[in-house]
Amino acid sequence: MRVALFLTCVNDTLYPGTGRAVVRLLNRLGVDVDFPLGQTCCGQPHYNTGYRRQAEPLAHRFADVFADYDAIVTPSGSCGAMVRELYPRMGRRAEAEGRGSSLAEAIAKVVPVTYELTEFLVDILGVTDVGAYFPHKVTYHPTCHGLRSLGLGERPRQLLAAVKGLELMELPGAEECCGFGGTFAMKNADVSASMGRDKVAAAVSTGAAALCTADNSCLMHIGGIIRRQDEDIRPLHIAEILASTEDEPLT
Amino acid sequence: MSGTYLGMPAFPEAARQALGDDTLRANLRHATHTIRDKRARAVAELDDWAELREAGKQIKDHTLQHLDTYLLQLEEAVTAAGGTVHWAADAAQANRIVTDLVKATGETEVVKVKSMATQEIELNEHLAAEGITAYETDLAELIVQLGDDRPSHILVPAIHRNRSEIRDIFRDQMGIWGRPAPEGLTDEPAELAEAARLHLREKFLRAKVGISGANFMVAETGTLVVVESEGNGRMCLTLPDTLISVVGIEKVVPTWRDLEVFLQTLPRSSTAERMNPYTSMWTGTADGDGPRNFHLVLLDNGRTDTLADEVGRQALRCIRCSACLNVCPVYERAGGHAYGSVYPGPIGAILTPQLRGTTSEVDASLPYASSLCGACYEVCPVAIDIPEVLVHLRERVVDQGGHHLERAAMSAAAWAFDHPAVLAAGQRMASRTRRLHPSRLPGPGRAWSDSRDLPQVPDRPFRDWWQRQQGEKGDAQ
Ligand code: SF4
Repeated sequence: MRVALFLTCVNDTLYPGTGRAVVRLLNRLGVDVDFPLGQTCCGQPHYNTGYRRQAEPLAHRFADVFADYDAIVTPSGSCGAMVRELYPRMGRRAEAEGRGSSLAEAIAKVVPVTYELTEFLVDILGVTDVGAYFPHKVTYHPTCHGLRSLGLGERPRQLLAAVKGLELMELPGAEECCGFGGTFAMKNADVSASMGRDKVAAAVSTGAAALCTADNSCLMHIGGIIRRQDEDIRPLHIAEILASTEDEPLT
Repeated sequence: MSGTYLGMPAFPEAARQALGDDTLRANLRHATHTIRDKRARAVAELDDWAELREAGKQIKDHTLQHLDTYLLQLEEAVTAAGGTVHWAADAAQANRIVTDLVKATGETEVVKVKSMATQEIELNEHLAAEGITAYETDLAELIVQLGDDRPSHILVPAIHRNRSEIRDIFRDQMGIWGRPAPEGLTDEPAELAEAARLHLREKFLRAKVGISGANFMVAETGTLVVVESEGNGRMCLTLPDTLISVVGIEKVVPTWRDLEVFLQTLPRSSTAERMNPYTSMWTGTADGDGPRNFHLVLLDNGRTDTLADEVGRQALRCIRCSACLNVCPVYERAGGHAYGSVYPGPIGAILTPQLRGTTSEVDASLPYASSLCGACYEVCPVAIDIPEVLVHLRERVVDQGGHHLERAAMSAAAWAFDHPAVLAAGQRMASRTRRLHPSRLPGPGRAWSDSRDLPQVPDRPFRDWWQRQQGEKGDAQ
């Protein structure tokens, strides 16, 4: 199986540690993962802000870059949802607008083999215990696109529950949005920040040492509030927890 | 607070003001969380909920596709049953028709059943300008009217008020509008309800003209349906001599079998009840029972334009249950008034810009009043994909000229992302200069950094680590 890492532009630029963690984790599970250098951004920021046509070349690029892989794995629920849910919609819209079926055809091969990381682990590799070690209290926030668009369900929690030493704390109001929402965070900054502060308060109330999600975009917003308020909790991507072992623990 | 929506600030500014009001925030949080949890329990009771939701969606889609046919069938049936049907292309026409009908009766007072359509066309204000007083009889609408306020929720228009605020409004205002509040009124719910009952009873018994909307219109028999909890609507629908109903054209359903689906999904979604306490249905007029004159005003007011939009038309499936408001984290914080229309919350954010267009500042800001979290879509009993329509309407705002700086930034980003070498150069530049990055940004960036720290830029992007690591692997082999 030829497996590609679709890291996303945000992770590539700002959270390379998450990328390294995914590579280490997958290698440990016997998966040889490639990182095609032609990858950039899936176009989600454009699409969601109302620039659908500017997102189309990026969808074409995605389809080209990842054409030869059997599985495309991404540590981002929202970018995964962009590919799986919104690329087909973009293809249909282009056709409806009389602009041909080239987009729909280009993405047809990559869309069904794109997986969010926890999906890939649980559904494709069939593992929930990845042999990780993280002796801390952790609370998990299911990000909206992972939860509602991709339907990740219990997968992330199953993976976390199997981590040696990890104590999973229930997050009150877990399914409520953290308030990031891409450009929403800027265009409606006050409401966005209010939602984020409530999310942080809920996480702090659990007594957890780490607030874990499967999407660094949301963590960028949540983490920004945690640092601004100087809270005693650490924002952490699930890949970094799952990559941590007794031999090579996350510090 | 004023009774109209002219000159509303754009959504973000209105929301900022609302966020600063701690009482409002507490009222809304408490109310929406209570209803939301109850709804979840009421819906979970049905094991065929998913099927009901799909059926509701399909019935509405089918009806909208053949709207012309069903409206004509409805008109024929209503007429045959002794009613008169009027067609109103816009708010001005509808207001004119209703005002003329009331004037023809010689009355200067009307009682009203809670109705979104009449609020949408601002009927009360138009009637007032012609010397006709409209009395709202729904308890929450009464609170809004007496408080010279605007509704902030579809189902609970006074959701932004708490008990003591309501007591003050009743005590200060009831006497001006009719029977005053009893002496020594407290904020006990039972006492408040009794005060409203006494105040309204007098109006019901006197009124000769009633004005309503309708939740549904059944085309096959010409029957109108109003669902409610209080029974005040039932009074207005049955006691007056003349009944005038103003109803959006999208409210028609073909048959009673179709109606059955919505009578299951609407109460559970809106009030979390298995069945609403009052379901009033009437077909034209009947001798010796109920109003002797019945007029149905079918309202377009932007609906056929909405119907023409392939993506946006799903908003017309809405049955106004308000479940999407109650789960919306943005609504909970911004409050209903920030949406600048009678349709607040997620449904308002997609309906108002379609009915009114996106030319005003507030209407153009509505499609952005969402983090696209999708909670609204999940609860909607007719499966309106609200996030999909929001993004679609953002495109419309962008296409009409929108935001010049943003367009330039998006184009530049799209170009860079299509040239990985340019992206990599930018990433490396950011990494090299990372010690120089401030933690707070000037200009538009303040929107982020006023409340959040910026992410720290790492010493190198992932792709550099990857390439070096691949190189080392290659060397080792
Ligand atoms: S959009 Fe859906 S959830 Fe919202 S009020 Fe309409 S029917 Fe109810």
